[in-house]
Amino acid sequence: MSSLENAEDRAPVLSVRGVSKRFGVVQALDDVSLEVRHGEVLALVGENGAGKSTLVRIIEGVHQPDQGMLEAGGAPRAFRSPADAHALGIRVIHQEPDIIPDLSIAENLFLGDFRRVRGLFLDRRDLARRTRAMLAAFGLQDELSPWTRAGALGPAYRQLMEIMRALRSGVRLLALDEPTSSLTEDETRRLFDVVEQLRRDGVAIVYISHRMHEVMAIADRVAVLRDGRLVATRMTHEVGEAEIVQLMVGRPITELFDPSARSLGPVLLSVSGVTTRRVHDISFHVRAGEVVGLAGLVGAGRSELAEAIFGHDRAIAGSVAVAGKAVRLRSPADAIAAGIGFAPEDRKSQALLLLRSVKDNITLCVPDLISRFDFISGEDERSVAGALVERLRVRTPSLDQLVSKLSGGNQQKVVLGRWLARRPKVLILDEPTRGIDVGAKAEIYRLIAELAAEGMALLVISSEMPELLGLCDRLLVMTGGRIVADLARAEASEERILDLAMGNNLLRGERTMVA
Amino acid sequence: MTDAPADAVAKSAGTAPQSRPVLVRAIQALGTHNFSLLIALAILIAIFGALRPDVFFLPRNISNIGQAIAILGVLATAQTIVIVSGGLDISVGSILGMSTVCIALAVETTGSTTLAILFGIAVSAVMGLVNGLIITLGRVNAVIATLGTMAAFRGVAFIISNGQSISIFDPALRFIGDGKILGIPVTIEVLMLVIAVFFVLMRYTVTGRNIYAIGGNPLVARLAGLPIRTYQIGIYALSGAAAGLAGMLLAARTGSGQPLSGSQGAELEAITAAVLGGCALTGGKGTILGGLLGVLIIGVLNNGMILTSVPTFYQMVAKGVLLIAAVVIAEHQARRFG
Repeated sequence: MSSLENAEDRAPVLSVRGVSKRFGVVQALDDVSLEVRHGEVLALVGENGAGKSTLVRIIEGVHQPDQGMLEAGGAPRAFRSPADAHALGIRVIHQEPDIIPDLSIAENLFLGDFRRVRGLFLDRRDLARRTRAMLAAFGLQDELSPWTRAGALGPAYRQLMEIMRALRSGVRLLALDEPTSSLTEDETRRLFDVVEQLRRDGVAIVYISHRMHEVMAIADRVAVLRDGRLVATRMTHEVGEAEIVQLMVGRPITELFDPSARSLGPVLLSVSGVTTRRVHDISFHVRAGEVVGLAGLVGAGRSELAEAIFGHDRAIAGSVAVAGKAVRLRSPADAIAAGIGFAPEDRKSQALLLLRSVKDNITLCVPDLISRFDFISGEDERSVAGALVERLRVRTPSLDQLVSKLSGGNQQKVVLGRWLARRPKVLILDEPTRGIDVGAKAEIYRLIAELAAEGMALLVISSEMPELLGLCDRLLVMTGGRIVADLARAEASEERILDLAMGNNLLRGERTMVA
Repeated sequence: MTDAPADAVAKSAGTAPQSRPVLVRAIQALGTHNFSLLIALAILIAIFGALRPDVFFLPRNISNIGQAIAILGVLATAQTIVIVSGGLDISVGSILGMSTVCIALAVETTGSTTLAILFGIAVSAVMGLVNGLIITLGRVNAVIATLGTMAAFRGVAFIISNGQSISIFDPALRFIGDGKILGIPVTIEVLMLVIAVFFVLMRYTVTGRNIYAIGGNPLVARLAGLPIRTYQIGIYALSGAAAGLAGMLLAARTGSGQPLSGSQGAELEAITAAVLGGCALTGGKGTILGGLLGVLIIGVLNNGMILTSVPTFYQMVAKGVLLIAAVVIAEHQARRFG
């Protein structure tokens, strides 16, 4: 890393000056100033909701700052759209790159820049030649043919394609948003090689990740965001991982949660040998009053497991019992009838009826509480929904407000309200705090603790390790569609879970079977 | 987009609902979309009223419009429910034709009006059920499924009628077609009854609300435990039954069962009315009241074009353009107001 020493001297490619951005009640960014220089890798870290994505979207021209400004090439710039940012060589590679699956790699790469033969026909030979040159630059010429269908590529190749596309049009600043979240270790290494090469070519790189070891390995500088503020910028070689984590969280994590020991009741959810197309031989149980966490990397099969238990995905083998009674799961309706609730990962596409009101969304699963002979009683409906809005402190102007107009945190509370109305014995929460502000997060943590205290059995899926460690009595670690460890809270640590989740455990026999 | 919550909070803090002017409150109660439809309707009435002041406002003509929209009204309000549920039923014209034939044949053989009507509606409901089964169990796109059955059902109507029009000699049916109760044509009373039932169903029942949920986002509905297929099958059966009822009205009006009836764009008009009325073809959005307003607009337009001697071929062009315009406007509004 020879470029490290003179990184300070290099001119900034982009300066962010005093940028603030507000979304409704959430202050996403608060007076952030930052410089990105030629030939450096700047890591942007922070918890979910700390403002990383907002900052990137401002740099990319998707959002415009409320206050503050951007400077590029020594002049102030206002990006009204991504096209403005692209014109200055600023490119963002998103977690899920936009590709057109039915077109070939070559066509995807050079879309909008096709050359023609005799003014009419696509010059396939030229397209293939240019694509091969580009693949060769990344050392991929032997692995990929220009005419491979893009839809057949895995996430790693798609990402590389997206980077190639950015390079084609001359990139000066490249931002990578959680680029490794769905990559294997080998693929990650290859991506790092590419990043290293770009850095040597003088490209400024913004690297967003919450994987500390990656950040330490690749970044020259680290910028830490917390609750929308830039709390520190450090040279990577001057800090340790622990210090960065401390900066990100800003407070000892344990304070967020109610540490009081809960008393456990009988087994409410018992899963034995459940196998679907995507999860294999899953067995575990959750007791009344217990919060069990499902840890693992993206793609480890956690959501898929939840869907199987909820009857959304059909199990090939195995059985699920609620409060000792075996449940036949043909559809979510069966699971709900048996006393299971499920708040899925993606609120907007899986949980909420965006065209309907807060009230309609909350009462969706409790028709018997609000109607007689199918006729809805306006009074009952309002009292059921109103009580939950109050209990969950949903910030909404009225019960008739369209749920799509609420903030993320309040939307999540509406989803939880739907299940609280139903009073299930078992509640599965998939990423319950994703993309919501810190205040609402704390409220949801408190609610989870409350529900457990009331004797509900909770299964929580989260990609935020501190959250799992703080909330859960027990942690199941998944990798490759299997449960590889069952850890009590005392045995669990971030490093240990990560280690297990990466699949480093298999030879050590860490797997503890649960009856 | 995420600025919306602050906006909403500010609004609620600013003005209390009581302080708003009466007109604003009326518009809100009706819905802005329905309000613009009312304005469009008023404009149409003003135009045709001005062009043919001698005929347009005559009670006879008003009654004509009412009779004409009764059949369309039943089809369009049922179509509204289908579209809200995220589907589409373009076989309704054929089912209607089939229903007229069945009723005519049944009157002939049984001599009982009630039995004949029930038979016609039951056969139509079964055809709707077939649509529902093809769409849910066969996993066939609703447009394709009902496009196929549109042709097939029409064929069946020709087969059982031998391609002939069948005359009906039945005083009770004639009374439904031409008679009045309390001074109002019976056909219009049937329409009002259907609308009242559908309105209550969609607005005040759990079933109605679940239909909105299924159309709005089937995945969300499934994860909330709603039996989506059962609903869909039921909705297509209902749509079929409604088409059967519309067929009954037509048979009563014309005094015959005709295998060709409803083949002149009945489904086009029904879908146009529903979309004009605010149905999103993506599902989850639309109201019975809106559908009714769409029907009124089409009814007045049809009547006005006849009165002002617009040639039939041009009328067809106008109706096609109207459907596309309604979708374009709806699409535009959806993009602006999310």
